[in-house]
Amino acid sequence: MTSLSLRDVRKSFGPTEIIRGVTLDVAPGERHCIIGPNGAGKTTCFNLISGRFPITSGEILLNGHRIDQLPPHRINRMGLSRSFQITSIFHRLSVFENLRCALLWSMGYRYSFWSPLWRQKALNERADALLEDLNLTSRRDVLAGLLSYAEQRALEIGMTIAGGASVILLDEPTAGMSNTETDYAMALIRRVTEGKTLLMVEHDMKVVFDLADVITVLVYGQVIASGPPAAVRASRAVQEAYLGALEG
Amino acid sequence: MRAWWLILLVIVVALALPWGFYDWAHHRHAGFLISMLSQMGMMVILALSYNMLLGQAGLFSLCHATFFGIGGYATVHFLNAAGAGELPVPMEFMPLLAGLCGLALAILFGAMATKQRTTAFAMITLGIGELMATAALMFQHFFGGEGGVTTDRMINNSIFGLNYAHGIEVYYLIVAWTVIATGLMYFLTLTPLGRMANATRDNFERAQFIGYDPRSVRFLQFALAGFFAGIGGGLYAITYEIVTFDALGAPLSANALLMAYIGGSGVFGGPILGAVLITLLQSGVSLLSNSWLVYVGVLFIGMVIFAPSGLAGIIQAHGPIQRSGRLGQLAVPYLRLLVPSMAAVFGFVGLVELLSFLTIGEAQGKKLVLFGNPIHAASALPWVISAVALLAGGIWLRWEATGFRRIWTSLSSGQQA
Ligand SMILES: Nc1ncnc2c1ncn2[C@@H]1O[C@H](COP(=O)(O)OP(=O)(O)O)[C@@H](O)[C@H]1O
Ligand SMILES: [Mg+2]
Repeated sequence: MTSLSLRDVRKSFGPTEIIRGVTLDVAPGERHCIIGPNGAGKTTCFNLISGRFPITSGEILLNGHRIDQLPPHRINRMGLSRSFQITSIFHRLSVFENLRCALLWSMGYRYSFWSPLWRQKALNERADALLEDLNLTSRRDVLAGLLSYAEQRALEIGMTIAGGASVILLDEPTAGMSNTETDYAMALIRRVTEGKTLLMVEHDMKVVFDLADVITVLVYGQVIASGPPAAVRASRAVQEAYLGALEG
Repeated sequence: MRAWWLILLVIVVALALPWGFYDWAHHRHAGFLISMLSQMGMMVILALSYNMLLGQAGLFSLCHATFFGIGGYATVHFLNAAGAGELPVPMEFMPLLAGLCGLALAILFGAMATKQRTTAFAMITLGIGELMATAALMFQHFFGGEGGVTTDRMINNSIFGLNYAHGIEVYYLIVAWTVIATGLMYFLTLTPLGRMANATRDNFERAQFIGYDPRSVRFLQFALAGFFAGIGGGLYAITYEIVTFDALGAPLSANALLMAYIGGSGVFGGPILGAVLITLLQSGVSLLSNSWLVYVGVLFIGMVIFAPSGLAGIIQAHGPIQRSGRLGQLAVPYLRLLVPSMAAVFGFVGLVELLSFLTIGEAQGKKLVLFGNPIHAASALPWVISAVALLAGGIWLRWEATGFRRIWTSLSSGQQA
């Protein structure tokens, strides 16, 4: 069974169809990269999968269950978590609180207004361990809004994986980072998504060909190629539509 | 640790203050003081519960008095039933019943309002407030129409054997409930719901992608805020033994907003400061002047423009300077601000009072008296003096403010270096 599959998914904003029949399968444990030119609809795809926007037609299945009619929080509780291309954190909460919030639901606290947070040993230890993982321990009590860009991106990834989702969607996690920062972020991503299904949008071709088991190329809302890196690199269609344009 | 001492100090002061003004010759409490302090207690609860929405959840509600009021009206009926021997609940637990009524109504209205946020939420709460105001005039049985409903709090059912004949007994009941409600509301800020309320305030969208439905967070927060407001209303009914439209209408909702905002909605204790200050103005200045609402309004506008984080925010901003041990260096700059501020305030108050005396004051047969000298609102001199004081004070203040800002910046940045 696939972790995630899209069946002829379409999405229109008003009269314009942005996603024009995308079919995609992601196997459990697979590292799957989506590439494509700006405006191809990669972020929109993530928005559809994660329930941020309703789809116009088609089907989306998570571990065999239909999720395309569900609100984002229900999809998240079923084990799918996403990050945002434009950093989306709780800027007036501390770094530690951001991570703790991201852990709450998965640790069964729901809407509890009777459990004092300071007494939840397991929860607080998990949050601190995450801080350590993200190398943010020294920034523990700083307001998230005051972090540097790279730190905020790390926090964004941390919040995405905190809940222990089995399917992780990362939208351009290294965009805007320097080379060293990118290397660091990629090492982090490998580490924290160990054993999980990863679907990632990425612009940096070095990163993509390094990491991906499968690459899907999206152009104008359609998949023009999908397969192992070598096959995609060799594909004429991709050369013409995308890679060629990049190199040329 | 320091915070615990501060809390203890506030409670001790609240308990002891009436005795500082006790009239030992006639064995009487200062009635004015006790009713003002009682009012403060209720307003603290109202403002804090309002801030569960405004500050903690980012919800701009315009109907918070609804839940305060319903707690008040219900308590009148509970007290009447208790007085008739039909409700065996001791006085001390009446505010709890009132809170449950606030909760029930907040669940009902919250189900409607909290589907939305921001402007749409504010609109719906405005509608709810109007709806309740109309209902209060229509359903005479429960709300008593224009005259409101009255009761007698001497129900002779108390776990401490008190009959609540004296204001001081009621005041101590209010202190007890204010401490309990404040403690509970603080506790709530340290729970998963409280934290997720902050999270949805900052970024409701992200909250959804970590498994939370922001609507449910808003709904629960709204319902709980209604519970505490209801407790405040219960205390109101016990204190005044009459509940009218005032306890439920839009002006009180606006007051809740003013208190929370002026006190500082970003800090838990901020609304307490706001409630104390506004109640002082309300009870103190309203005795001296017809125009006290003008001063509250100007204060509010001033805070929104110059200190959006409220009194508590201003105090908090001194934290870093204090920790670096340089607070003393602010004394002189503050003094230099004080003089022109006083002049400007004097001028402004003078103009407002003169104006109010030209219009309504004289009609009421009042006299404007300053330092024992009667002032004639019709003569030119007081107007000129006030206007000059306001203008000169204002210009001087701007001048001083520039220097103050420079010193402030150097002090707070020096701390980082
Ligand atoms: N909410 C929206 N409403 C209207 N158009 C949108 C919306 N979101 C994205 N689009 C359009 O969809 C196209 C694809 O955008 P996007 O998915 O962000 O591309 P990318 O592949 O660069 O992530 C763009 O032309 C964009 O303008
Ligand atoms: Mg994008």
